[in-house]
Amino acid sequence: MLKKYKVNGGFDEMLCAKTGIRDHYRKFHKTFEKMKPAEFDAKREAVDAAFMRQGITFNVYGDAQGAEKIFPFDLLPRIIPATEWEFLERGLTQRITALNLFLHDIYHEQKILKDGVIPEFYVLSARHFRREFVNFNVPKDIYIHICGTDLIRDKDGNYLVLEDNGRCPSGVSYVLENRRAMKRTFPSMFEGIGVRPVENYAQELLKSLKYIAPSGVADPTVVLLTPGAYNSAYFEHTYLARQMGIEIVEGRDLFIRDSRVFMRTTKGLQPVHVIYRRIDDDFIDPTVFRRDSMLGVAGLINAYRAGNVSLANSIGTGIADDKVMYYFVPRMIKYYLDQEPILPNVPTYLASEKDDMKYIMEHLPELVVKAANESGGYGMLMGPKASKAEIEKFRKLVIAEPRNYIAQPMIYLSQHPTFCDGKFEGRHIDLRPFILSGERVSIIPGGLTRVALRKGSLVVNSSQGGGSKDTWVLYGDE
Amino acid sequence: MLSRVANSLYWMARYIERAENIARIVDVNLQLLLDMRNLDEKRLIEYWEPIVQATGDDEAFFKAHPHATGKAVTEFLVFQPENPNSIFQCICSARENARMVRDQITLELWEELNRVYLFIRSPHARKVWDRSPSEFFQEIKSASLHVIGIINATMVHDEGWWFVQAGQFLERADKTTRILDVRHRTLPARGAPVNVSPTDAIEWSAVLRSCSAWDAYKTIYGADVHPRLIAEFLLLDDDFPRSVRFCVNGLNRAVRRISGVAEGHFCNDAEKLTGRFLAELQFSSVDEIFEVGLHKYLDDAQLKLNNIGAALFQAYIFQPFHNPDEQHMVQQEEQQQQERGMRPSSPVSPY
Repeated sequence: MLKKYKVNGGFDEMLCAKTGIRDHYRKFHKTFEKMKPAEFDAKREAVDAAFMRQGITFNVYGDAQGAEKIFPFDLLPRIIPATEWEFLERGLTQRITALNLFLHDIYHEQKILKDGVIPEFYVLSARHFRREFVNFNVPKDIYIHICGTDLIRDKDGNYLVLEDNGRCPSGVSYVLENRRAMKRTFPSMFEGIGVRPVENYAQELLKSLKYIAPSGVADPTVVLLTPGAYNSAYFEHTYLARQMGIEIVEGRDLFIRDSRVFMRTTKGLQPVHVIYRRIDDDFIDPTVFRRDSMLGVAGLINAYRAGNVSLANSIGTGIADDKVMYYFVPRMIKYYLDQEPILPNVPTYLASEKDDMKYIMEHLPELVVKAANESGGYGMLMGPKASKAEIEKFRKLVIAEPRNYIAQPMIYLSQHPTFCDGKFEGRHIDLRPFILSGERVSIIPGGLTRVALRKGSLVVNSSQGGGSKDTWVLYGDE
Repeated sequence: MLSRVANSLYWMARYIERAENIARIVDVNLQLLLDMRNLDEKRLIEYWEPIVQATGDDEAFFKAHPHATGKAVTEFLVFQPENPNSIFQCICSARENARMVRDQITLELWEELNRVYLFIRSPHARKVWDRSPSEFFQEIKSASLHVIGIINATMVHDEGWWFVQAGQFLERADKTTRILDVRHRTLPARGAPVNVSPTDAIEWSAVLRSCSAWDAYKTIYGADVHPRLIAEFLLLDDDFPRSVRFCVNGLNRAVRRISGVAEGHFCNDAEKLTGRFLAELQFSSVDEIFEVGLHKYLDDAQLKLNNIGAALFQAYIFQPFHNPDEQHMVQQEEQQQQERGMRPSSPVSPY
């Protein structure tokens, strides 16, 4: 089946141009080769039909019909050998530790600013810096409880951090569902190859959430706060709540009395102690943040401040998502941990630094320009692929608001064989591991591998024609 | 359990039951037409108009269509997205309510609801409909029965399940009264008719078939089709699962299991009204009902059922500490239900 597959430039996850199939793909390749195309087609169709039947779909915004689509799923798994994964785990643990220390610092003494490691201006001007929460103590000093850090590999196969998602990272339900689908489809492969399971994510998540319960609460009630059934990640919210055995609530289900949070039940009010919120800061409490929010709970922040309810993630973590702050993460690691970063950043230029700005202006057609606070592949310029007019449009945007833009060289993400238009071709992929910080840091083996299904495309977001793959972390190295 | 969850479970059950009942009504009446002769346009309109009226959505219907032709009525009741009670919309609403409580229902239940939803939204549904309406209705009816079976066999029979039961029985009781009311024009305003013409007999047998009651009726009353007996069977029979008495009995059991209040007592209006209505059904004879006039009796029954639904909402879903906007919204919804014409319409989910 994979005979005709060739490496076409860049780093290929499965094939090495010189030595052929990489060691950790060998067992999979051997089994997969035996499959007949018709059998593969049947399996593919069965998986798609199952996703549709189970309603594992995301909502397409702006579609009057309320259309739901399945997140395209590619049957060829992305495989990571044990040693490589241990290296990634170390790097990610180091990074989340530094980020949590950084958040604690800027919401308290601001030593890192006073010592001049990060210019004060960048933090204080960040859109998601919540000055209202300066000197507020979050439970157990953990700010980011659930983090999704996007990793990519460059042309030599080196892992680089592309961005951190410290607000409400989504996608973990696909990790779990993709695995279930793969187990149904290739039941015999798992045992022979030795793939680490991902099942216990929900338990670990619940443990992390219970860990931050207000003190004195022996058996805390944990709920998941969703924006509602029309949110694109709603499937994931119900999925996680069900896996954890907790209630999924909307803003209107919650009610604040005497700075305590209650949910409205058929038996009256019941207290709530920990909220895993999947609503952005801006919408969480109309009396504090956006007044027009219909999704939030009036008075929730008061209860949070009084220490009667814990939130995950904490308020104000959005600053860690700021792409300008990303630039400084290696410095944070050095400053707080006195270590060299294990996982490097992509080289980044800040438009508000004079020298960097000069470089950006001179090399705009070669660079990728990103808005500091956008995600999902929006607000982005891909210099080498953009038209003259687009480049000039971004030039104006960057000059008008330099604080809000960064630039990076174009990274040709690693490729992975993917089934497209009836044959296997290389498509660019990234990796989003999910990092939980509770009593200790725990990372689900692997994470979500997203794949850009359009030929040559480097954008893996589901809203821009991306799909996903199952990610296998092996017990061994082959 | 969360009030919103209870509400969604209740409406999920109501909408799926509603879809099934509308499928029955349209199916039976389409088949009945095959037995009729000398049908001109006027007769056809006379035939279809009461069916629209029976659903309680006649106002919405006449906004969309000038005449109650067969095509217009079936389209309105089956596919029309503008009609919140069309089979199409009922299936969508049932599935939407299920989606909001996806974490609370079983995978089997969700998959079945999702399957029938995907079916009715697909071009295939139209094809089946064009080829054979009865095959189409079969699909809807069996989906609903399948859902009810899955609910009973896979859900934990806890509070949520009892809310499902409450919704299902309330809806079924309401629909049975509406089906029974379809041929009220052939009846005198008060008292039971003495003679029943052969055409009337055929039309009254359609009423029985719409409630899946034909076989059960025959075993009890024989082949003699008479409105008086039909009304007795569909209203007062103790054992037939679609009779109003049976449904109100089921509803009574459900509201008591939800609150834990013993028989003969009540702690909220829903229990009070249900218990009162049940007692009335238990201690009435069909002749008394015909003395009031069947049509009037059925209208009253629908009003009572709507009031029970509103009382359930008050007791468990609506909480007195809602913010003023929401209170305002609920008030408006309740007002709308009272103002809409003589006939109580089928209530729709407040969310």
